[in-house]
Amino acid sequence: MTKVHVTTTVNGEEVEFLADPRETLLDCLRDKLDMTGAKEGCGTGDCGACSVTVDGTLVCSCLVLGVEAQGKKVETVEGIADGEELHPLQRKFIEHAALQCGICTPGFLVAAKNLLEKNPDPTETEIRYWLAGNLCRCTGYDKIIRAVQDAAAEMRGAA
Amino acid sequence: MKYHTPSTFEDASALAASAPGVTRFLAGGTDVLVQLRAEIVTPDDLIDIKHIPGVKEIARTKDGGWRIGVAVSGAELGAHAELVSEWPGVVEGMELVGSTQVQGRATLVGNLCNGSPAADSVPGLVAAGATVTITGPGGTRELAVEEVPAGPGKTSLAKGEVISAVHLPPRGDNAGDAYLRFIPRTEMDIAVVGAAVSLRLDGDTVTEARVALGAVAPTVVLVSDAAAALIGSSLDDAALDALAAAATAACNPIDDKRGTVEFRTEVAGVLVKRAARIAYARAKGEK
Ligand SMILES: Cc1cc2nc3c(=O)[nH]c(=O)nc-3n(C[C@H](O)[C@H](O)[C@H](O)COP(=O)(O)OP(=O)(O)OC[C@H]3O[C@@H](n4cnc5c(N)ncnc54)[C@H](O)[C@@H]3O)c2cc1C
Ligand code: FES
Ligand code: FES
Repeated sequence: MTKVHVTTTVNGEEVEFLADPRETLLDCLRDKLDMTGAKEGCGTGDCGACSVTVDGTLVCSCLVLGVEAQGKKVETVEGIADGEELHPLQRKFIEHAALQCGICTPGFLVAAKNLLEKNPDPTETEIRYWLAGNLCRCTGYDKIIRAVQDAAAEMRGAA
Repeated sequence: MKYHTPSTFEDASALAASAPGVTRFLAGGTDVLVQLRAEIVTPDDLIDIKHIPGVKEIARTKDGGWRIGVAVSGAELGAHAELVSEWPGVVEGMELVGSTQVQGRATLVGNLCNGSPAADSVPGLVAAGATVTITGPGGTRELAVEEVPAGPGKTSLAKGEVISAVHLPPRGDNAGDAYLRFIPRTEMDIAVVGAAVSLRLDGDTVTEARVALGAVAPTVVLVSDAAAALIGSSLDDAALDALAAAATAACNPIDDKRGTVEFRTEVAGVLVKRAARIAYARAKGEK
């Protein structure tokens, strides 16, 4: 199987890797770039644990091929904190206990950040629909929704 | 698997025509990748059409209709205010597909060519009278959307043929469309029944109509008897009952865990009436 050389930007840094065309962006991030933030919950687009953005669009990285990332800008959960300083969403997830096992959390953070960039003041309904593709088997969602609302409020106040 | 990124539809068609094994086109990949990973379909050649110029464009055509590029995602369709105001039913069908993440990738043409009888964007396209341009080894041809699906997972496209654009006709005045689906939850599920209606009014009277149903037959179906029940009426109860009866008669569904034959048939009659009322209200300019 001939591998394809892929050059792409992940969290602002140019990276390159060799990909079998069948490998997903999720596999490439985790296994070739050692960025294990994005998780594989299902591999079929249902759970959102693998959420990343590609050129600003929220996608499931399990449903994107690594070779499709050529020349694109990929953002993952690893790029959300500013060095040691957590993003408001990350802090609020901790404060509100919006995670238990944590496997869904990277996906929720990436998806919620993408929402707040487009809509700094979403309603609860808008948040719930936006995050409907992110499944959590532990928290029952309410704490996640509160964390997103609280982070949004703080970010609006700061702006 | 070989991965190709042609820069014209002619090249995409030529690649597909000369490929000896299993070939798939890659639009949003939300069906192709699921099937690849589940080892249901492992293509020998995967032809990514997203590098072809114009595939992300939504453009007004000379006749006042729309030309939608084959890589336009559901999210991009929904963000186009003018298109949404003219063809809300077409857009709401596509916007029901999957989650925010899936919407970032999934396309109308992928939904159509995956060939699911329950494909949510297809009834709306059929009711709208949408057509596709197909580029093949012998040149291009136009085909009505309802002629594309040929059975579950099958299309009428020949080897080497690729859809190169979707066209919506000019909406014109006093017209509206709507799509509704029934699922047991509110998000992220496969339609048990889908119903789309597009119509035009003269005063209170329906002068033109098209009705399409999803998930009640091996393909999405255009139901001309259902449209005939609406034309000439002002959507009175008798017309709505005749509409429901015609829709029910067109059903030839499967029995599965999502719904029995009886349930799907009954719900098709109910949904088609509701969709007709919404399309009628939209044609009257009510939001
Ligand atoms: C989590 C999840 C939820 C989903 N929910 C729904 C739902 O609610 N309703 C629904 O209807 N679907 C749903 N789907 C299925 C899927 O998202 C849709 O069918 C989608 O519209 C497919 O579009 P795509 O661009 O991703 O297609 P792809 O996967 O890229 O392609 C699908 C098929 O179309 C063919 N194709 C693509 N482009 C062309 C072209 N230009 N010419 C000829 N053939 C072409 C490919 O060869 C392939 O066979 C869901 C999928 C997932 C993963
Ligand atoms: S791992 Fe991608 S959606 Fe579940
Ligand atoms: S915290 Fe365990 S799945 Fe969400």
